[in-house]
Amino acid sequence: MAKYLLLKHYRGAPSAVNDVPMDQWTPQEITDHVRYMSDFAARLEETGEYVDGQALAPEGTFVRYDGEGRPPVTDGPFAETKDLIAGWMVIDVDSYERAVELAGELSAAPGAGGKPIHEWLELRPFLSAHQATAE
Amino acid sequence: MDALLLRSLTPGVLGVLVRRGADFAAAEDAVQDALVEAVRVWPDDPPRDPKGWLVTVAWRRFLDASRADAARRRREDVLDEEPAPGPVPAVDDTLQLYFLCAHPSLTPSSAVALTLRAVGGLTTRQIARAYLVPEATMAQRISRAKRTVAGVRFDQPGDIATVLRVLYLVFNEGYSGDVDLAVEAIRLTRQLAAAIDHPEVAGLLALMLLHHARRAARTAPDGSLVPLAEQDRGRWDTGAIAEGVAILQAALSRDRLGEFQAQAAIAALHADARTAEETDWVQIVEWYDELAGLTDSPVVRLNRAVAVGEADGPRAGLAALAALDDSLPRYTAVAAYLRERDGDLDTAARLYAEAARRATNLAEVAHLTRQAARLNGRRSR
Repeated sequence: MAKYLLLKHYRGAPSAVNDVPMDQWTPQEITDHVRYMSDFAARLEETGEYVDGQALAPEGTFVRYDGEGRPPVTDGPFAETKDLIAGWMVIDVDSYERAVELAGELSAAPGAGGKPIHEWLELRPFLSAHQATAE
Repeated sequence: MDALLLRSLTPGVLGVLVRRGADFAAAEDAVQDALVEAVRVWPDDPPRDPKGWLVTVAWRRFLDASRADAARRRREDVLDEEPAPGPVPAVDDTLQLYFLCAHPSLTPSSAVALTLRAVGGLTTRQIARAYLVPEATMAQRISRAKRTVAGVRFDQPGDIATVLRVLYLVFNEGYSGDVDLAVEAIRLTRQLAAAIDHPEVAGLLALMLLHHARRAARTAPDGSLVPLAEQDRGRWDTGAIAEGVAILQAALSRDRLGEFQAQAAIAALHADARTAEETDWVQIVEWYDELAGLTDSPVVRLNRAVAVGEADGPRAGLAALAALDDSLPRYTAVAAYLRERDGDLDTAARLYAEAARRATNLAEVAHLTRQAARLNGRRSR
């Protein structure tokens, strides 16, 4: 009973094994990839382990406070940024081993040539909001 | 309308349906329907016999569902036979339900969900909110759990140790959503203690009461953690402590020690001290030795190192800690505390910061970060 974030992002991790960019796949390969993702989420809901999943637009705006009475400063998108967060899935599982197993399955989504992408996903535990009663 | 009364009737009603031959999954659905109906009808038209009312409505729901779904009909004779009148062994039924919902074939999270619904009478929505997952996910978790135990005989003795572990898991989930799971766990453990005379069930109930008694003092108004030594003992619930101690003493006198009784004994020794300085750490270490013999759990040995540090000084505590695996949760936090007690403040500050990075919940992260900041700040003042 622990929640984990499966984070699809591209920062510091090695490249995916099958890293042909998506815009160079065939339309059918893209369809298959998307279907794999939604089937995966549906299956997790059936096993009672699904919490949330979201995809993100690739570009965003950086925002910062700029002092009392002034509007926030915005900046970006920064073309040179190396960190693209593509999306995430949140799971609620019985063990770390199960979380690793599911992340491995998600990383096997098909890409170019219908072959698994083998992309690196980051698995991050949630900090729980409650405290255990033990001292 | 008393929701707690209603929920306390749940296991008995479910037991009656199962005894009459309904399969567990269908019976459980029918009982949930009856509970919903009761919430609707009782305020204007309270029944003379609440349990009888629920049994009647749930049984009718079960028959309707079985007839409507003939393909899933498992036992035709169930439908054609009016239930035999006569007394029902209610206590026995309740106990069987606990065994079934904590069956060893279930994963911990499934057992917890099924117990809260079938024994606790909570709705799927309430359970989902308490565990912060979508209702659809929790509904699936519960129906899978029901399928998993579909073939379990209802008249077989179960595994009480598994039941206790599940209830303790519920208790430790604490408080989120509109259901206080700690209070619910205490209620379910009390109900179990009434159904079976077993010293470890009593031990777990005592442990929960003793922990729960300190809850108000455990967090400051701003939500931050207050360590045991700094808690305002005037805010401890003396009624719950007295009850916990009495239940524990009766259990210990049976001379069948188990891990929950030993943990409760340690909690009782803390509760017994009017100030942190008066804590009988020597006796607490002895109980940890008992506990280590019973469970062989690394967490127990870690807590024992803390107790040794209090009883025999921080050096002794650090020596006890050195024998343990440093990847244990809270290991670094304990090391930081003992280093600080030993006067090595630089090492302690570094370890507190590291412990904060390794902590698994928000309040603990904040607490450990504050400890590191306190020690780091002493140099600049």
